[in-house]
Amino acid sequence: MRRPRITLAIALAVVLISGVILSSALGQLGISPAEILRVLTNQPGNDPLIESTLWVVRFPRIVMGLVVGAALAVAGAVMQAIFGNPLAEPGVVGVSSGAAVGAAASIVFGFTLFGGWGTAVLAFAGALLATLLVYVMSRANGRTEVVTLLLTGIAINAFAGAALAFLLFVADTASREQITFWQLGSLNGSRWQEVLIVAIVTVIGLVIALFLARRYDLLALGERNARHLGVNVEALRIGSIVLVALLTGVAVAFCGIIAFVGLVVPHIIRMAIGPSHRALIIASAVGGGALIVYADLLARTLVQGADLPIGMLTSLIGGPFFFYLLYRQRKRSGGWA
Amino acid sequence: MSLRATNLEVTIDGNPIVRGVTIDIVAGELLALVGPNGAGKSTLLALLSGDVKPTGGSIELDGTPLHSMRHIELARRRSVLTQENQVSFPFAVSDVVEMGRAPWVRTASASEDEEAVSSALRATDTGHLASRHYTSLSGGEKARVSLARVLAQRTDIVFLDEPTAALDLSHQEDVMRTAAALAAEGRAVVVVVHDLSLAAAYADRVAVIAGGVLDSVGTPAEVLTAERVSRIYGLEVEIVSRDNRPVILPVRH
Repeated sequence: MRRPRITLAIALAVVLISGVILSSALGQLGISPAEILRVLTNQPGNDPLIESTLWVVRFPRIVMGLVVGAALAVAGAVMQAIFGNPLAEPGVVGVSSGAAVGAAASIVFGFTLFGGWGTAVLAFAGALLATLLVYVMSRANGRTEVVTLLLTGIAINAFAGAALAFLLFVADTASREQITFWQLGSLNGSRWQEVLIVAIVTVIGLVIALFLARRYDLLALGERNARHLGVNVEALRIGSIVLVALLTGVAVAFCGIIAFVGLVVPHIIRMAIGPSHRALIIASAVGGGALIVYADLLARTLVQGADLPIGMLTSLIGGPFFFYLLYRQRKRSGGWA
Repeated sequence: MSLRATNLEVTIDGNPIVRGVTIDIVAGELLALVGPNGAGKSTLLALLSGDVKPTGGSIELDGTPLHSMRHIELARRRSVLTQENQVSFPFAVSDVVEMGRAPWVRTASASEDEEAVSSALRATDTGHLASRHYTSLSGGEKARVSLARVLAQRTDIVFLDEPTAALDLSHQEDVMRTAAALAAEGRAVVVVVHDLSLAAAYADRVAVIAGGVLDSVGTPAEVLTAERVSRIYGLEVEIVSRDNRPVILPVRH
């Protein structure tokens, strides 16, 4: 078990660092790694254009990508643990849509107080509502079946879609643009102040998730067995639902719906190092951050002079991946168990 | 240690599942719960292990009501092998067995962890599976690994719900011998079994459940008479005695 973990740690570190360097260097204004290093170490005599490009545009965007990716991947891993199902993911089951409705409502009705926290709070409320709904609807006799989980997700996504459409309808032009942005997801225009909010919430969420990691392992044995081993299953589930809503809510509040990160990342990590949750959560946080940094790099460099929505890119990769997981699960259980 | 159930009642959706059951679970004794399908054996086991709250009557562990105890306290007193033993993610067998040690984290007993796991693997003949993924095992192997997890928990009271169901003849005997050995160590062991001869061969006491009621409790020879088994199962049987242990044979015309 040790060897794969070390290999994965090295691989993730290499991928992450090169992703950060590439993202800092590439763009409309090409910047060499040497220049990046000089700006980072704050040496005198730098080109002010380069300096402001890095500090005002690229660095906040990169850090935002890292923390949002981490938040979404950890939310996915936690959700899969409490639903005992590798297909549970905030985007798929409608938690992200719930958060987007909350965030959109805060813009349309002008509840954007406290430097962005207002939007974050409403996004959290939307996410929490959606997660609770999924939880209540998709569990029967303490179990979650794939079919029920996904059907509940469809219903919530449909309802949230309608709510977003209504908000679009009543919104003024500026708000409309913002709402469209949530539907598609983008890291464009990330500011340090927002990055800080997402970072604070993500770090808190990550620490809580790690604290609960051992209990998530026991939960894999099933609810009854976990209880026999001393886990207060109900408290764990409720706490974890709040945690998922917190992580998803804050990510969606500032970057919109970026789906499938929470599905793809934990799955790949599990294949590499096994399902033990402590390592899974740490590696998912790093892997999720790396994935978003690369996805965002593609989003802003793929088409010259255009900023593609990152949510579109992750769904483009995540959609087929989801198909594959569904197909495999169905084949294994011989039906929609 | 004393686990005492008095006048237990459970009603689910208006249907009484268990009625008026009074029974003592005693240290150093292997108690077999037998009875026809749907008689309420598993529900009774769930009651005694604290999973299901009785709608009437009381269960006390050393004088404390079972339902006033915290999950973790209870986990250090009793372990349970359930019938359903799916694991959601592909954990290694050794990880699954180690999970049995979870209640003892940060206690003095944590020093026994390694020894408890390896002796549990040995007792269940699963040592050679230790590095395999649990999800890749056969039904019988899963059952034995789950039993190993329960053994690793090392509690005073051990509940086993049909531990022999998925097992071949030799592993059935192994499991019952392990259960008897646990009782000989001074633990209280409660086993739900369908095979009456198997129950009779290993149990110190047999409790017969029928229609949610405790029909009788006593030594195998006292309880498993041809008259009673025939009445309860609605099937004519013949009893042969081997070493004062009854062997139950259906009469086949």
